[in-house]
Amino acid sequence: MTTATPATDATPLRVVRARASVSRFAGLARAEWTKIRSVRSTVWTLLLFVVITVGLTALLTTLVVHSPNDPRAAERDARILADPVGFILGAGIGLGQLTICVLGVLLITTEYSTGVIRASLLAVPKRLPMLMAKLTVFAGLMLVLAAIVSFGSFFVGSVLLHSMTAVSLSDHNVTRAVIGAGLYLTVLGVFSLAIGLLIRHTAGGIATVIGVVLVLPILTSLLPGRWGAHIDAYLPEQAGSKIFGDRPEAAQLLSAWEGFGVFCLWTLVLLVLGAWLLQRRDA
Amino acid sequence: MIEVREVTKRFGTKTAVEDLSFTVEPGKVTGFLGPNGAGKSTTMRIILGLDRPQSGSATINGMPYSDLRDPLRTVGALLEAKSTHTGRSARNHLLFLAQTQGLPASRVGEMLELVGLAEVAGKRAGGFSLGMSQRLGIAAALLGDPQVLLLDEPVNGLDPEGVLWIRNLMKHLAGQGRTILVSSHLMNEMAVTADHLIVIGKGRLIADSSTADVIERGTEKSVRVLTPDADKLTELITSDGGKIASAGPAPAADSDGAQLLTVTGMKARRIGELAASSSVVLYELTPQLASLEEAFMELTSGSLEFSVHREGPVHGSGPLLAQKEAAN
Repeated sequence: MTTATPATDATPLRVVRARASVSRFAGLARAEWTKIRSVRSTVWTLLLFVVITVGLTALLTTLVVHSPNDPRAAERDARILADPVGFILGAGIGLGQLTICVLGVLLITTEYSTGVIRASLLAVPKRLPMLMAKLTVFAGLMLVLAAIVSFGSFFVGSVLLHSMTAVSLSDHNVTRAVIGAGLYLTVLGVFSLAIGLLIRHTAGGIATVIGVVLVLPILTSLLPGRWGAHIDAYLPEQAGSKIFGDRPEAAQLLSAWEGFGVFCLWTLVLLVLGAWLLQRRDA
Repeated sequence: MIEVREVTKRFGTKTAVEDLSFTVEPGKVTGFLGPNGAGKSTTMRIILGLDRPQSGSATINGMPYSDLRDPLRTVGALLEAKSTHTGRSARNHLLFLAQTQGLPASRVGEMLELVGLAEVAGKRAGGFSLGMSQRLGIAAALLGDPQVLLLDEPVNGLDPEGVLWIRNLMKHLAGQGRTILVSSHLMNEMAVTADHLIVIGKGRLIADSSTADVIERGTEKSVRVLTPDADKLTELITSDGGKIASAGPAPAADSDGAQLLTVTGMKARRIGELAASSSVVLYELTPQLASLEEAFMELTSGSLEFSVHREGPVHGSGPLLAQKEAAN
């Protein structure tokens, strides 16, 4: 396998040296796409996201429809009937969103753990364009996949739930909820990436995101009084998920879009902080 | 051309590089030499814009690395630490790098061919041997056909075949007028590869001159003299400006009152003349040439990160040195 005589002079570059900045960014975006598709873990995580979310929606709605009638079930059914689209979307996304949390973190932390970040930053020493390209590609990919998952879950769920109640996209707020779920998942991916960018370690990053998304809401929902309700409502996951389903027990402090706006704001703040640190820290 | 100007880099309270300045000229292989922990990698990372120095600057062809457009077309780098994803194939690793620089995808195949990885191009880089990983690193460094190359310990862990390959490649590339900075902690390797040496220790510049000069300077020659008339010869030598580094009874085989002197600061020829002028008998007069390793130890002594207590005079028998000699 040894090439005895190096032959670099046989392969000089015949490429135009100057490039427009538009094509430069397109090149960076293509590079980020190559990074995502060329690693098995990212591809598997994305597949898992689709399968888990749609699968769980189907499973949970089926269980609800076919569960025996007991007093506890009646109470639950009443809640479902009050917000059927919220139930359908929440059923799969509740767990499925964790794959997106993991993926968002992994996308940046594996660069650090494997050392690819050095290659990446040598190629793009200004650093910020690399991050922008990564965000663009990941958000674009998420938008498409999350839309598929969101609409897929809704159709599967509404068909299965049909014997209980009829939900259609033309119903009040249903389209908003279904599209909103896709947007929520996309922003959640970016939110997780921002946390990965700040923490730079896979385990720490995943633990932090899961903590914020799953654990914090449980703790803050126990906080007493008006302040507790405000803290609870303005948490990233609590605020963001309002766009596709209400938790009836939570205080109604934010409208669906306001909540989503708060979630976007959280994400933006973390991103700006992460970008600032990316520029400053030694790689 | 690479220019490093008064660079200082501290990590917390630890100073990795201190007030370091040097220039790397095109058209030759410049060796960057120093013991482990001397600051070689840090300096290279500063040149490449990965680390930010507290003060000073580093430029490539007059520009900071971060201002280069499509930098891989100007500078190629092989870093000591791995920079490939274990789950990504060699081809995809090079492909994403090529895409960032607007290089044609065909360039990837050419580079894989060049470094002899074409057959395993689709395999996960995590399964590569050390030698294959180094080759992939070299392929990444040469991807943009750069004028400037920085290679951090490229021969580390390579088999002799691989070492020879890299050595020839570097000479070949330097012959094309490229600027090549290659770091190593192995003096012997540098002596056969580099035309010019920059030696650092504890983050400071120790030497910056041609390889021949560094070896010459570091080789503090001594002369071994065996004589039955040690007292008289000692007087002659010291009054003529020489130094007796050590004196003691001769090894058993030649003993009949003969003494063994180690003389520094004076050539064998002059000692012979002095002895002849006063009719002092000499049994042996041998110039002691220090090895390259010793020259290096000499230059960097006192600048070792994990300092080894060295006893005795010039080429004492400190444990590290003793080990090196045993290994030779």
